[in-house]
Amino acid sequence: MVLESTLRNIRLVGDGTLKIVERIGATVVFLGLTLTQSATSFRRFDLVIREIFYAGVQSLIIIMVSGLFVGMVLGLQGRETLQNYGSEQSVGVLVALSLVRELGPVVAALLFASRAGSAITAEIGLMKATEQLSAMEMMAINPMARVVAPRFWGGVISMPLLAMLFSAMGIIGGFLVAVVLIGVDDGAFWSQMQAAVDFRHDIANGIIKSLVFGIAVSAIATFEGYEASPTAEGVYGATTRTVVS
Amino acid sequence: MERSTLNLLVGIFVLLGFFAFLVLAFKVGNLSAGGSGQTYTLVANFDNIGQLKERAPVRSAGVLVGRVKSVRFDPVHYTAEVRMAIDTQFKFPKDTSASVLTSGILGEQYIGLEAGGDDQMLKDGDQIKLVQGAVVLERLIGQFLFNKAQDSSAAKGAQK
Repeated sequence: MVLESTLRNIRLVGDGTLKIVERIGATVVFLGLTLTQSATSFRRFDLVIREIFYAGVQSLIIIMVSGLFVGMVLGLQGRETLQNYGSEQSVGVLVALSLVRELGPVVAALLFASRAGSAITAEIGLMKATEQLSAMEMMAINPMARVVAPRFWGGVISMPLLAMLFSAMGIIGGFLVAVVLIGVDDGAFWSQMQAAVDFRHDIANGIIKSLVFGIAVSAIATFEGYEASPTAEGVYGATTRTVVS
Repeated sequence: MERSTLNLLVGIFVLLGFFAFLVLAFKVGNLSAGGSGQTYTLVANFDNIGQLKERAPVRSAGVLVGRVKSVRFDPVHYTAEVRMAIDTQFKFPKDTSASVLTSGILGEQYIGLEAGGDDQMLKDGDQIKLVQGAVVLERLIGQFLFNKAQDSSAAKGAQK
């Protein structure tokens, strides 16, 4: 009895793991499919521009405002702590490195997933629920090329730009709090930052990171929308999964 | 939405993104302070480098002339072998001395080069012979206490 229930529980764990792996595999296959169908997106680039508008331009406000406030918090707290060691000029280094290397790409990607990614999923999911995708197929239009690929590329192009804007706004926020409000020395703030931040090691790596996040978020968002069950509940579940995973 | 307004807004967004990139590259990063970009390598063996790390600055007369390329332990001489990438526009005489210095009391460590008077210049891959390792604070304090104790015992001896 005990053995049987234990076995059943272990089987449940195995089943859950396999489902997760299957889902990751399906997403990667879907990503590959999207890439093979991408030619149309670049031949008709206005489709991608439309998606950059919905994914990128409409995320601008939330990205810039959050970046500014994250930078302000970093500036304030960093100075409070560094002051104890008499090196409050290093606050610029702290703000710039943490934003450019980690916080910029990661937090921008999170915001992007929850704002633009869920919107993409909901849109594609609703298209599927209202059978617009099937209608396209009936007219011999490949929905992968016409609907999915432009949204994917729109997200991939927007993401690094948004991450860089996030970092730049954060550094401005840190500057505002540390230099303008508190009065850390202006020259030391920038010169120490420039001495510590390397273009190739820090900034280029941050951009590559945000590009990878952009590909991941866009692939997951389009996949979840495309694979959503064609009901209101299915679309609801799909948008949740986009943001959570 | 009108096509032209859409294009305009997307254009503004992309330009904003590139502007942020330029701010990061030139105002935050050190792309502008790259010098000529061409460097040559000098090697120096120190008995102790303290906290010196890769990419630490190499300064001469306080001006940045290069960066530390690599730090390696030399198992033959039991010293730290430091390779420095020096900007090609700065040439140093053969009898230049290198020392590990600290900016401020708690600041970062860097290598200071002090030019000598030799006619011949150091070439790529050359070794700097005159070196001075990092000052270890504990050793300095220990020496100070030792001297102090010696002084006081000497003074006591004189009183007797």
